[in-house]
Amino acid sequence: MALLEVRDLHVRVEDREILHGLDLTVNAGEVHAIMGPNGSGKSTLSHVIAGKPGYEVTDGQILFKGEDLLAMEPDERAAKGVFLAFQYPVEIPGVATMNFLRTALNAQRKARGEDEYSTPDFLKKVREVAKSLNIPQDMLKRGVNVGFSGGEKKRNEVLQMALFEPSLCILDEMDSGLDIDALRIAADGVNALRSPDRAMVVITHYQRLLNYIVPDFVHVMSRGRVVKSGDKQLALELEASGYAQFEDAA
Amino acid sequence: MPAVQETVDRVRRIDVDQYRYGFETLIESEKAPKGLSEDTVRFISAKKNEPEWMLQWRLEAYRRWLTMREPTWARVDYPKIDYQEIYYYAAPKPKKQVNSLDEIDPEILKTYEKLGIPLREVAMLEGIEPRVGETDPVKSKIAVDAVFDSVSVATTFKEELKKAGVIFMPISEAIREHPELVQKYLGSVVPTSDNFFATLNSAVFSDGSFVYVPPGVRCPMELSTYFRINERNTGQFERTLIIADKGSYVSYLEGCTAPQRDENQLHAAVVELVALDDAEIKYSTVQNWYPGNSEGLGGIYNFVTKRGDCRGRNSKISWTQVETGSAITWKYPSCILRGDNSRGEFYSIAISNGFQQVDSGTKMLHLGKNTSSRIISKGIAAGKSQNTYRGLVTAHRKATGARNFTACDSLLIGDKCGAHTVPYIEAKNSSATFEHEATTSKISEDVLFYCTQRGLSEEEAVGLVVNGFVKDVLQQLPMEFAVEAQKLISISLEGSVG
Repeated sequence: MALLEVRDLHVRVEDREILHGLDLTVNAGEVHAIMGPNGSGKSTLSHVIAGKPGYEVTDGQILFKGEDLLAMEPDERAAKGVFLAFQYPVEIPGVATMNFLRTALNAQRKARGEDEYSTPDFLKKVREVAKSLNIPQDMLKRGVNVGFSGGEKKRNEVLQMALFEPSLCILDEMDSGLDIDALRIAADGVNALRSPDRAMVVITHYQRLLNYIVPDFVHVMSRGRVVKSGDKQLALELEASGYAQFEDAA
Repeated sequence: MPAVQETVDRVRRIDVDQYRYGFETLIESEKAPKGLSEDTVRFISAKKNEPEWMLQWRLEAYRRWLTMREPTWARVDYPKIDYQEIYYYAAPKPKKQVNSLDEIDPEILKTYEKLGIPLREVAMLEGIEPRVGETDPVKSKIAVDAVFDSVSVATTFKEELKKAGVIFMPISEAIREHPELVQKYLGSVVPTSDNFFATLNSAVFSDGSFVYVPPGVRCPMELSTYFRINERNTGQFERTLIIADKGSYVSYLEGCTAPQRDENQLHAAVVELVALDDAEIKYSTVQNWYPGNSEGLGGIYNFVTKRGDCRGRNSKISWTQVETGSAITWKYPSCILRGDNSRGEFYSIAISNGFQQVDSGTKMLHLGKNTSSRIISKGIAAGKSQNTYRGLVTAHRKATGARNFTACDSLLIGDKCGAHTVPYIEAKNSSATFEHEATTSKISEDVLFYCTQRGLSEEEAVGLVVNGFVKDVLQQLPMEFAVEAQKLISISLEGSVG
């Protein structure tokens, strides 16, 4: 059974159809890259998988571990193991990052019928993960993403990914707003999380990110569909020839 | 964060019509005749065995009140109050002299239990509730002067306070036992002629707390009073007077709940604080009175006058309030910064949901030299409620070097509520520095989605975001209240999502 199975997905926002019959199959252990120009529907796909309100699925289905993902609330999906690393993580003033991490992790564990972490166990776990990602303790005391640099925000996303141990990680434009050093740190963090039980869907405009997070499969999206799939070579070809060739194909 | 989870659980268990504190206690009570007249005032004064001067003081207020008109400038709307339809005094019938908690009507004790105030237990354990990071048990004691329907029925920790020289007793007792202090200070901050509701209170107040902290004394415990309205159709008119003599310090906590009612209940309290040279008073309130049902019926009218006078040099008065209840709130805890270098603070969280109307804020009146004040107001409006911050900051001609910083933040939940900010700023000398910041925001879809994507339910997400929004103010509360307040905040926002 595939971990994630998107079948003939049609999605509307208000009166406009954004996705017109998208198919995607992702198995555990695989890393898929989804590339495409602005407006091709990449972010819409990530939002619909995670359950962001405001999108209407008019046809098709999404199965996650064989279950109907579209019937679940966003928090249920999170507890089942769907994680979306945001392109623009939001700021939550007055809520300490540490507190947020613990509240979220325990909410997920509770939803799965697992015991909540005790404070010492939780602190131990966070410190371990934070250390591996080069995240200073001081950052965890600050409000969620408040005053964080672009790099810190992305590292905070990777930190949560490491902490929640999801089975599907969707990285939405992780490279946007990052300089090359920040990108490398974040990508190293992601690579450390690659495992045979976990799949990743990496959404990006540029091939650059894929030098750091090397995908098993590359899909090109255009006008709301996957128009071409291949291996990592496809990304390099795209870098050379651009997306224009696919505009007509769509 | 277990506190958030706990509140969410609690929120799920109750709804507006099943107000948690909506029960009545079945005890006999002794009422004054309905309506207001000189006879009512005399009845109350006689019930309290008051000296003649007190009666005259009340009568003067009553006569003044007859000439006054109810204020209409606040952004609140309610049907006309018939002041002749209200009972102005009700007391549990004393069966005998109360010497210990055991002699108190068990029904009353049960009421406190339901409210989560284990008075009996508190007394037994001597109220030792260590605060985080504090090992000195004396510091963490809370003395409770419990006001039950106009009459104080239990006072604990009297002995310990007595040792420190602190006077903490029902004001009715203080009038008899310390007339010189009461006569000197009562009405010296909020005069009998101050405003319609304060003047009414002056005529008919039934009870309240009196605190006097002698020079140089740091009050050895937090003082706390729990008010509760219990008698149908009975307006409750507390009167509180706190005096911190030179170089002293006192922290006073006030928390209240009320049972469910269909009729509106008028509540017009007056609180007066006096801080002499180098003295400091910290006054904290958590207010959770019945806000009315889901149709906007019932609920408490909370028309309160609270004012502190920084009468001495280097004195400081700090108001902290968490207002979640009442159908209508009309309340402006203020500071008169009379002494040179005195400081006033106002930290406020005002939450309105359902059909609640809040018009609350503060006044900082800078009179002395180099006085400073700080106002942090957090208004949260949900449901169909209206939430107004109204504040006045003035610097007198002679108040050179006056400084004020004001930050008013409003948070809207949903699109049927309103948040309003009405600041009045007057500087009559050129050396004053007044800063005012105001923001209005909504809990955005993006923030909610971010939180739910990480596994929080929408209700948990709103609770988390709101608690973050009010954090600066929550930190000002004594630890015991901060936790309770955090719970209240989530409870009062129940049903605001979706």
